Amino acid sequence: MLAFIIRRLLQSILVMLAVSFIAFSLFNFTGDPVALMLPPEATQLDREEVRKTLGLDQPFYVQFAVFVQNALQGNFGISLRLGRPVSQLLIERLPATLELATTAAALGLLIGIPLGIYTALKRESWTSNLLLTGSLIGVSLPNFLIGIFLILIFAVWLGWLPSFGRGEVTQLGLWSTGFLTESGLKALVLPAITLGFYPVTLFMRLVRAQMLEVLRADYIKFARARGLTNNAVYFGHALKNTLVPVITIAGLQLGGLIAFAIITETVFQWPGMGLLFIQAVQFADIPVMAAYLCLIGFIFVSINLMVDVLYYIVDPRLRTDRAGGH
Amino acid sequence: MNPPLLQVKHLRIEFPTRRGILVAVDDISFDIAAGEVLGVVGESGAGKSLTGAAVIGLLEPPGRIAGGEIIFNGKRIDNLPFEEIRKIRGREIGAIFQDPLTSLNPLYTIGRQITETIETHLALTHAQARARAIELLNEVGIPAADKRIDHYPHQFSGGMRQRVVISLALAANPKLIIADEPTTALDVSIQAQIITLLKKLGREHGTAVMLVTHDMGVIAETADRVAVMYAGRIAEIGPVADVIHHPQHPYTIGLMGAIPNVGDNNERLAQIDGSMPRLTAIPSGCAFNPRCTRTADVPNQRCTTERPGLMPAGATRAACWLHAKQYVKQNEALPV
Amino acid sequence: MSSITSLIQGCALTARGGIDMVALVNVVDSFRRFFDGDVWYSFRRNPLVILATLAALVGIIGAAFAPWIAPHNPFDLKTLNLLDAFSPPAWTELGKPQFWLGTDDQGRDVLSTIMHGSRVSLVVGICAVFLSMVVGITLGLISGYVGGSVDAFIMRVADIQLSFPAILIALLIDGVARAVIGKEHHDQVAVYVLIFAIAASGWVQYARTVRGSTLVERNKEYVQAAQVIGRRSLAIMFSHVLPNVMGPVFVLATLHVGTAIITEATLSFLGVGVPPTQPSLGTLIRVGNDFLFSGEWWITVFPGLALVILVLSINIIGDWLRDALNPKLR
Repeated sequence: MLAFIIRRLLQSILVMLAVSFIAFSLFNFTGDPVALMLPPEATQLDREEVRKTLGLDQPFYVQFAVFVQNALQGNFGISLRLGRPVSQLLIERLPATLELATTAAALGLLIGIPLGIYTALKRESWTSNLLLTGSLIGVSLPNFLIGIFLILIFAVWLGWLPSFGRGEVTQLGLWSTGFLTESGLKALVLPAITLGFYPVTLFMRLVRAQMLEVLRADYIKFARARGLTNNAVYFGHALKNTLVPVITIAGLQLGGLIAFAIITETVFQWPGMGLLFIQAVQFADIPVMAAYLCLIGFIFVSINLMVDVLYYIVDPRLRTDRAGGH
Repeated sequence: MNPPLLQVKHLRIEFPTRRGILVAVDDISFDIAAGEVLGVVGESGAGKSLTGAAVIGLLEPPGRIAGGEIIFNGKRIDNLPFEEIRKIRGREIGAIFQDPLTSLNPLYTIGRQITETIETHLALTHAQARARAIELLNEVGIPAADKRIDHYPHQFSGGMRQRVVISLALAANPKLIIADEPTTALDVSIQAQIITLLKKLGREHGTAVMLVTHDMGVIAETADRVAVMYAGRIAEIGPVADVIHHPQHPYTIGLMGAIPNVGDNNERLAQIDGSMPRLTAIPSGCAFNPRCTRTADVPNQRCTTERPGLMPAGATRAACWLHAKQYVKQNEALPV
Repeated sequence: MSSITSLIQGCALTARGGIDMVALVNVVDSFRRFFDGDVWYSFRRNPLVILATLAALVGIIGAAFAPWIAPHNPFDLKTLNLLDAFSPPAWTELGKPQFWLGTDDQGRDVLSTIMHGSRVSLVVGICAVFLSMVVGITLGLISGYVGGSVDAFIMRVADIQLSFPAILIALLIDGVARAVIGKEHHDQVAVYVLIFAIAASGWVQYARTVRGSTLVERNKEYVQAAQVIGRRSLAIMFSHVLPNVMGPVFVLATLHVGTAIITEATLSFLGVGVPPTQPSLGTLIRVGNDFLFSGEWWITVFPGLALVILVLSINIIGDWLRDALNPKLR
């Protein structure tokens, strides 16, 4: 177990190094940062000065080491657009994005998995076919369009729900939450549905496909031959085997949602990291882009690590690899 | 005399496809007495596994029973509602499948899988069920059964896993076990052990066994009687010694000739030319006629026009016109 | 001994001149199988797929011939009249009969902008898919054939990339391109950057599929025999592996076109895609979005619907193809 986790940890560090290298190269590829930072009328001498204070005269591996060192301390420099420390900006925006993403993920799991089981077990029923066709529409609908249609219906035509912002937020130390006020919860509804649409359809299709595969397995046929009831076969045997591989993809998707929130946040002007990032892309605000990339990478790697450990706990084949024998 | 434990009468299994209906099993009849081991042998695709699946009501759609009856213990079971047939499965008729590696759910301990089967069928407390599970594991020869019961399937070797599968089939003490190729996926050295075990347990529990296999050697060692299937029909059925030593159907004769014999000096094994017809193209008359060397001995091209039923032939019964009474006189002794 | 020689000669023959014939026969054969086979049968029996195919064809033809068949030319400033701006659809009370789906803020006919916009969306989508297909197949083949550290490296990169959403990678590439090229030149090359960005985020699946198939093929006798006689087995494998993976790759590509169009629309909606002078469906939706609250819903809803119908029909076809070509599910 320990060896497994250490191996995974080393791999994660490697991935993080690769990601931070990409983030670091963003600076180098995108022309002269000095030119970006100084007014056009600056002299050659000014430039040299800045270059030296930034350490840009050093060889690139030294620069990379400095970059990693700074990144580990949460120092990603100053936003070109907003003139404030990037880490501060990200920390301010993080709660909004995380609250949105977790709500959407919960929707995906709580609605998607039961629907997937239903459509797998009631394969021939017309509700299943309707749901499946519906899920294809869900996959084909671009995220921003769902948002626009929801705004049109529930904000413009019906006027029930707000169409932008986070509503009233409560400050709990560093964390600002929208869960505690009515307007905060109301503001969350449309963005969460928009962002949750894809995970719902994805989990439904995934669970269905996996369950159909499992239902064809020999041990299911054997379980039937043993005279087990349908409930025991479906929920005692098939479901657990279905959900094990789903864990991996679910984990990856949760990470994906945080990045995917960029679109939803833009549509609803939701003040999260995604909105910050998209504005950074439009303005070529490299420090923000690099920091966002590193943060997303970190979230991904952590989730992956958790998924691996979870997998290890759920699947006995991994857990007791050497314990048995013949 | 008691009625047989299992009677299969004129069973017909079909697969509707868009190119028409495939008849995978066509009008077969046989029965199994209590405690008897019936071997069912044939090439893959001959319909032997489907027959086994039909008996426990586990034909996979779109396959369906299109005719005939299956009578178990004097009661017709092929048209029972789901809940009724489910209660028979495991309780009255157990099953063992080909691949022990995939027959057990990898995510549960074998103990859980055995006790769950016992509790489904017998009114026992959990502790009693567990005690019985350990007893069963002991019986099928799992050493240190009280410890091994909490292990997962992947912690057992292939042979051990098949023993676990057998204990699962026996869990509720059924009267009949359908064993579908129980040794095919195992090492040759393990096969004999499993067969011996199956035979021993069958005898001890008085359990009848329908042993489906393509391995004539397994049949010879285990079965009391044997049914030879060809293209969804029974070609020959009879006591195992007679079928092996004095086969009467040309297909069986060819089959026996294809088995290597240690004492023989023949350079080549006999072989039957051609291959079993696809289900889409079963010839009219006797399904074996295109490959048969004896069609010329039956007058009026009857082999290609009229399907033979099972008829007495020597000590067995064979579906071959050579044994129709009016020709036997002309052909006199059949070569073996 | 003689049998080995003849095996090698046989392979050499195939390697020298036979390939084209074999490939040709394969193609003809697959067409024949297609039409009297299960795929065609399941197509005819599936009304949803037929409908989707028709919708996709209408969309593609409408887009391809937009300059000739669109009712108006939305980019010809001479024909535009600001008095026509914000006309609602023709069937509403204030609608004008010559503008079926109404007009936008500049008096452009919405139907015509949709047709022109689909053109941009489709071109970007298809080019991106083609590019990532070529890159993915090549890398997958190399990865599977060369093996070792090259394989490990390519697959590691693929793994890492796969754990990031495509949209994020496309956004990053676009952002970098903006910084490198500078804003003033960016508009001219925006379409190419977009194609590259979308393609770069999609090659992994092709590479994985092809690699798997290559690994199987590499150990077959003809490759080893070809190596014995010193032929360039990579080229031979290419012609053997390709037919084997064409099915899955085709399915991937079909579904990928849908995804690529969505990615393009999303990027354009986020304002980092194609420039407004050359609007795609995503740009149109973005522009229309500003008028949502003032009641001019048609400016954004119709391009949105066009996008959904186009992508949905492509996805339905792709989904069906996957099932139809997968013998396990038949």
